[in-house]
Amino acid sequence: MSIQDILLQQLANGLILGSFYALVALGYTMVYGIIKLLNFAHGDLYMLGSFVGFVILSILSPYIGNSWAGILCSMVLSMIAVGLFGVLIQRIAYVPMLSAPRLSILITALAVSMVLYNGVMAFTDGQYLAFKTDLGFEGLEFGNVFITYTQMILVGASIILMIVLYLFVHKTLYGKAMRAIAIDQDACRLMGINVNKIIALTFFIGTSLAAAAGIMAGTYYGSIHFFMGFVIGLKAFTAAVIGGIGSIPGAMLGGLLLGLLESFGTQIPFIGTEWKDVFSFGILILLLVFKPTGILGKTEIERM
Amino acid sequence: MANFSTILSEWISSQKNRMSILLTLAGIAMFLPLVSSNYGLEVMTNVWFYVMLCLGLNIVVGYAGLLDLGYAAFFAVGAYTTGILTSQFGVNFWLTIPIAVGCSACAGFIIGGPTLRLRSDYLAIVTLGFGEIVRLIARNLEITGGASGLIGIERPSIFGFQLNQIVHFYYVFLILAILACFVSYRLQHSRLGRAWQYVREDEDAAEAMGINRVAVKLYAYVIGAIFGGVAGCFFAVKMTAISPETFMFQQSVLILLGVVLGGMGKIPGVVIGAFALVLFPEVFRDLGSMRMLVFAIVMLIIMLYRPEGIWPAKKS
Repeated sequence: MSIQDILLQQLANGLILGSFYALVALGYTMVYGIIKLLNFAHGDLYMLGSFVGFVILSILSPYIGNSWAGILCSMVLSMIAVGLFGVLIQRIAYVPMLSAPRLSILITALAVSMVLYNGVMAFTDGQYLAFKTDLGFEGLEFGNVFITYTQMILVGASIILMIVLYLFVHKTLYGKAMRAIAIDQDACRLMGINVNKIIALTFFIGTSLAAAAGIMAGTYYGSIHFFMGFVIGLKAFTAAVIGGIGSIPGAMLGGLLLGLLESFGTQIPFIGTEWKDVFSFGILILLLVFKPTGILGKTEIERM
Repeated sequence: MANFSTILSEWISSQKNRMSILLTLAGIAMFLPLVSSNYGLEVMTNVWFYVMLCLGLNIVVGYAGLLDLGYAAFFAVGAYTTGILTSQFGVNFWLTIPIAVGCSACAGFIIGGPTLRLRSDYLAIVTLGFGEIVRLIARNLEITGGASGLIGIERPSIFGFQLNQIVHFYYVFLILAILACFVSYRLQHSRLGRAWQYVREDEDAAEAMGINRVAVKLYAYVIGAIFGGVAGCFFAVKMTAISPETFMFQQSVLILLGVVLGGMGKIPGVVIGAFALVLFPEVFRDLGSMRMLVFAIVMLIIMLYRPEGIWPAKKS
């Protein structure tokens, strides 16, 4: 393979990885933007999304098959189910803690994350489950580089989801309310905006995007595991910080950038795949230390 | 009930009664090996070990109010320092302790130095990333034994007497736990301890009073790291084998839960938390794979209804 082929192959890999990161990062950034909560359970909701999708797909597959129709149906249903579950978590665990000290709410989020992954672990006995689909391995060939239709459709689907989200946040009244709450919650309440409803809506959207990413990852990698949410949660947070936490275009950009950085990073001599995670966590730490506002974030002075 | 609990808390808060409670508990701990089975001793040794780790993290989280999600990294630094030096360079175990203290203090300094100016939730995520980096480095390097870790770490001897039975380690860890309690107590009531409390309650006001908040936080970080490092040294020789999987994120979370469960910033609270942490999974062994789920749910309920922990620090 020539150097161009390698670069093109890594570009394709990076885009797929990056679109998963971006979808998960969106949920982080939206929740953080609106209530300043770092939702540690977000990665686990991604994991839950892929398990719920797996269950729905195995129920539906006798009727509509294991191919794109089945995957699409189970993706939509799982997004709704897990999105509602995200709202439930917010109601049970986060609403009572909003006035508590910062440390308490962070630890509550951690406890929610533990409940989720231990719950899934208990029900699956900690096993890897095979996410069976009937997607073929056909694709297009570009020189020596082969890209399957599955890869293209997954990237396309996540781009569509991101465009829909962008339009929702910037063109609808609900989106406007979300952006307003991120700026000043009390003023919004005075203006007659139902703040709690909008926060719940934000959780719903953020969580269902993570669930969508979870199913896509299950389809792409072919196996799911209860602990799959941990690393991607951390990576998606990195992506959100790269783009500037709180900023929706920032999360998309950060996700794609991190995906590309990682897949090209593995090509650098001495880094290799086993150092991939060290590389991206290193980026996270350096970025937080030297430019915590990210690429598109706004400077903000913290009042504790 | 309320009446009973006020009487109880008054009775406990009296200095004389408190001393007698402490002495009774110490006596029970001292003579436990005479009546306990080996299984019981193993569990209790584990309790003392977690008491030390939780007290170390308590300095960071409870006293200074900084959320650290990568505490297992310091514990790993201590364990690997001892493991590598004794098994590959033949250094005497007791000599590795000061080296491990130095290494873990350095690790605390390296990660704390640049990051302590960050806002609290960013700090949490940086420490999380740091914890993972340390584990991955241990996994990828050759000197640390890669994914399978180090095996055959020699058991230490003291004045020609080799420590090799569980009873010996029971006493070693009991002494460490008591030492950790003592050091924590002295620190809490020192000038530095008061500075930590001030910074935790109101950072800006503390700074206005002339406290160098970054330096004070850094002290908390480094001292907490040293506790973890020393615990790691003894962990390595007790287990005789260490692997990177011991220092996963869940380990850090477990230690943090011990601190939070009992009551952040209060020594008896943290000790109770460490007991609960070790004993809960042992008592509910019958639940099998469900026990961690039950534990997590209990944890969540405690956070929602008693966010300050079972036995919280008194706020004046």
